[in-house]
Amino acid sequence: MKEVSELNFPDDRRYSDDHEWAKQVDGVVRVGISDYAQNQLGDIVFVELPDVGDTFEKGQEFGTVESVKAVSELYMPVGGEITAVNQALEDAPEQVNNDPYSGGWMVDVRLQDPAEYGELKDQKAYLDMLKG
Amino acid sequence: MRYLPQTPEDIDKMLQVVGVDNLEGLFSGIPEDCRRKEDLNLPEPLTEWELNRRMDAMAGAMAVAPEYRVFMGAGSYSHYIPEAVRQLLNRSEVYTAYTPYQPEISQGTLQAIYEYQTLVTRLLGMEVANASMYDGASSLAEALLMAIRITRRKKVAVSTAIHPLYRRVVQTYFAPTGYEIKEIPFLPDGRTDLSGLKDLEELAAVAVQSPNFFGCIEDLKAVGDRVHADDKALFIAAFTEPLAYGVLKRPGDCGADIACGEGQSFGIPQSFGGPGLGMFTAQKKYVRNMPGRLIGKTVDRDGRPGFVLTLATREQHIRRERATSNICSNQGLCATAAVMYMASLGGTGIRELAKLNHDKAAYLKSAFQNAGLTIAFESPVFNEFTVKLPAGFKDTHARLLKKKIVAGLPLAPYYPELAEHYLFCATETATREDMDALIEEVTK
Repeated sequence: MKEVSELNFPDDRRYSDDHEWAKQVDGVVRVGISDYAQNQLGDIVFVELPDVGDTFEKGQEFGTVESVKAVSELYMPVGGEITAVNQALEDAPEQVNNDPYSGGWMVDVRLQDPAEYGELKDQKAYLDMLKG
Repeated sequence: MRYLPQTPEDIDKMLQVVGVDNLEGLFSGIPEDCRRKEDLNLPEPLTEWELNRRMDAMAGAMAVAPEYRVFMGAGSYSHYIPEAVRQLLNRSEVYTAYTPYQPEISQGTLQAIYEYQTLVTRLLGMEVANASMYDGASSLAEALLMAIRITRRKKVAVSTAIHPLYRRVVQTYFAPTGYEIKEIPFLPDGRTDLSGLKDLEELAAVAVQSPNFFGCIEDLKAVGDRVHADDKALFIAAFTEPLAYGVLKRPGDCGADIACGEGQSFGIPQSFGGPGLGMFTAQKKYVRNMPGRLIGKTVDRDGRPGFVLTLATREQHIRRERATSNICSNQGLCATAAVMYMASLGGTGIRELAKLNHDKAAYLKSAFQNAGLTIAFESPVFNEFTVKLPAGFKDTHARLLKKKIVAGLPLAPYYPELAEHYLFCATETATREDMDALIEEVTK
């Protein structure tokens, strides 16, 4: 496992306390898990995602990510309706390890309350949390 | 891995390492009011000869083959267990093996389970099998819960021609969940009546047993097609007699999403009604919702083959209350007996044995008919069938039991509408003389 200083946290997006990242473009928020989360989980073998059209509140579980050693829940960083899911993860879940911020995205959410996005941590606050 | 109990010296040594004086000190972290004050109310230990005598007396209370002529199946079948299976099963590495907590160190245990899974999937025509469940009844309950997880629907439909005790176990599993169980009636020919199934789009699953509790072979293909008229509902094929699939079309070839049931027929003694073996299989796309554990085959970093415990990530010791099931073990010894049995017979042997069972039952069935008695249901059967006997057969039944003949199972306690109906079974162990003698006694 890598040290926090060796991990990558782009500053063009926000992060949740549960280690999901969220990136907003025109009211749609793309969600994935952070470099820290994928590094903690180890080799990811399966990602279980919701159906397009499902609606979740902020903090609700929307799927699971399974590594060789554990299954972890995925929690919504913001509430809203799922408008797209990353089908590519079905055959290539390792994308989450290799490319957590781009190819390893998980769902797109139509943001229902813009304030929720603002409540998420920015890069600096998230890094501070990780460094404890 | 072997199971070794500890001596008082071992315990002292371990306490020393932990840094407490006695067992009391070890358990001091458990709140006082959660702890039992008085000793367990257990009888005094017995000597080996006393114990043997006691166990013999208990064993003598059972009406089992070969001392009795058993013409009853109903979920527990009197099949011959090849001596090779008995001998091999008594080897200590098999007999004393405990559930693999550190699985990959127990390659032999894992390989045995892997082979078991392979043969079970072949027998049932399914894509994946787990390492086994407790018995047929708990397998069915788990299958229904699995369907609820997959479909996110809250209602299941279960044929009333499924073993009544299996249905009771399902009710027990479902009682605290709030999920609804709908019972499907059976037709005059003994098969499940799906014509009233109007709310398919609300159902997580439809479960049918074949051969069913009356011995009738269900038209699994037709059931599968009917269930799959809805694109989400799952078709669960249950069974109490896996040997039937030596000749019958396999559940997987009939569209079953889950096939599960009892494996006692394969090398496991009837004993006192248990232990059994829960066989559990599914199509691969559902594997992550399957209860229990699976053994997989892989290669190590040098490319050498080996066996691993897979999907343990979804078991309760890792996933706690979010686990797919609260089962945390498997029937290792019984599964090993079953794989030895299946391997001893081979595909051809299983087919021949299944035919033999069918033929013996067909002989007994026509003997009943020739004696002027009524076969209750018209549907084709495997090794069991239902006979309607004259009122007062109860006395004959009791008289025959004294003569060490078990003349079928009365269905009235389970199906009040089937008074005087008895479920009979003939396996390969029934001889023509035994069957002729049974008919003679019954018609006396």
